[in-house]
Amino acid sequence: MLLQQLVNGITLGAIYTLIALSFSLVMGILGVLNLAIAELFMLGGYFGFVAISAGLPLPIALLFGMAGSAILAGVIEKIGYQPFRNTTVVTPMLSTLGFSIILQNVATNLWGSDPLQLSDEVLGGRFMIGPIGISAMQLTLLGATVILVALLAFVVQRTSIGRALRAVAENRDVARLLGVSADRVTLLAFMLSGALAGAAGVLISLHYGAITPYIGVEIGLKAIAVMVVGGTTRIWGALIAGPLIGVVEVITIAYGGSQIRDFVVYGFMILILLLRPKGILGGAAADRVQRI
Amino acid sequence: MMSTYYAGLLADVGILLLGALSVYIILATGQLSLGNAGFMGIGAYLSSYLTVTVGIPLTLALVIAAVTAGAIGVIVGFPALRLNGIYLAMATLGFGEMVRSFFLNLSPMGGSEGFHGMQHISNGYIWSWASAILLLVMILEHSQVWLEMRAVRDDETAAGLVGLNTTIIKVGAFGFAAAVAAVSGGLFAHHHLYIEPGNFSFERSIDFVLAVILGGSTVSPGALIGALLLVMLPEYLRFLAEWRFAAFGALLIAMLLLRRQGILDRSLFRAFALRRPA
Repeated sequence: MLLQQLVNGITLGAIYTLIALSFSLVMGILGVLNLAIAELFMLGGYFGFVAISAGLPLPIALLFGMAGSAILAGVIEKIGYQPFRNTTVVTPMLSTLGFSIILQNVATNLWGSDPLQLSDEVLGGRFMIGPIGISAMQLTLLGATVILVALLAFVVQRTSIGRALRAVAENRDVARLLGVSADRVTLLAFMLSGALAGAAGVLISLHYGAITPYIGVEIGLKAIAVMVVGGTTRIWGALIAGPLIGVVEVITIAYGGSQIRDFVVYGFMILILLLRPKGILGGAAADRVQRI
Repeated sequence: MMSTYYAGLLADVGILLLGALSVYIILATGQLSLGNAGFMGIGAYLSSYLTVTVGIPLTLALVIAAVTAGAIGVIVGFPALRLNGIYLAMATLGFGEMVRSFFLNLSPMGGSEGFHGMQHISNGYIWSWASAILLLVMILEHSQVWLEMRAVRDDETAAGLVGLNTTIIKVGAFGFAAAVAAVSGGLFAHHHLYIEPGNFSFERSIDFVLAVILGGSTVSPGALIGALLLVMLPEYLRFLAEWRFAAFGALLIAMLLLRRQGILDRSLFRAFALRRPA
């Protein structure tokens, strides 16, 4: 059932898009791979679960997950990134890895390593559009993703905060000369990135109706591939790359066996890196290379 | 007489040391690899196939695995020339995941079930390999080749302008590192006696990088200190029970904050050299 697979692939792709945007906000502006994003995503899911279990409505749960992960991302920026701002790319990557170890351990100790299950009553409905089945949760997930991406686009493109973000991404020193507080912008980029990861966590945990402390690593690594395919220096490539990778993955599972999907996805990522280093859309982007 | 428990840890240190050295060699040319667990996996699977299915002696199997992985490393090294910094890191991450996925699908070697049947090896054997390769890298560090590698790291364009063949240096580093990682994998397989694709995941590649950065990324004995630290620290934190990983993460961040150049560095070596009577 090809159309059904497409719907499922796009749902998965929406999640990838959110996390890839989360990675690329930090990567595109600061050139740093924040490995803790994978765990911020996972914790966002738990925050959402806690809120839903407490009887709060879904939009509140989403905001709760976003706020929780954004605050944690702010802490990571202060301790795990600021002190290493002038070092090579390896050191901040490893300090964020330290945070991801801590976060995963905390989640395991608080909620256990077994999956938490959500009762079926939350958004259990299912619609049929012709032969294609789509659950109410899938629709909510897609709708929420569209709204979040539109909000992010508005913030980045239309507000003074967004201009500051883009200025620092272009040239940190010049931006500072022009009066942009680079430190504040950096913190903001981390927190926005955390909020997106948290939102993705809430949405996927509600979609699957279950969550484990180990969900972050696998989906997080895949989201790095999505970011690369979309182009690391241009944020919007992820909008195409997310659904693309999601559909490729779901179709590979349906027709090629589930175990070959990682091979296909990462192979695709390497091809893009080699042949179209600026992402699938190509286009202008500063070829800034950081020294190891 | 050492307890078997500590003997096991010591073996793990030797295996991790080799993995860390493989990252160290590539890092010396200014490249970061996040996929060396892939080369380790190739070494583990190939050497196990050779000793269990083909039935040849382990040392010969390790040499064949190292040479094969080295060749694959060279092949990977060529496209890697096009990439730099974090982009190369992400491409190697992808390579590592592709290798893991490949073994997951390789049903003759057990696929996701894993592979076993290897003969157990002694700590002496593991450490003979580990110390021989560490010694080799230390000797290499005092050679012309290493100076050329550092020149490529410091300024690739300038290194090219003074007549160094930067392509051979960078690709060669990948090949040598892949061979070292493959030996690490072969020893891992014949120490743990059971391998599965999950053993050679992104976390393993990150462990290698962590050992190098914590121990000190400018001198090869740093890899030894880093490997010791990564294996022993979680053991010393056992009294914290289920919170020991959080403590480990916090200590990791603290160590990076306090000594980002790693525990060992060149100035430390020089300070000790000065105190030595002439």
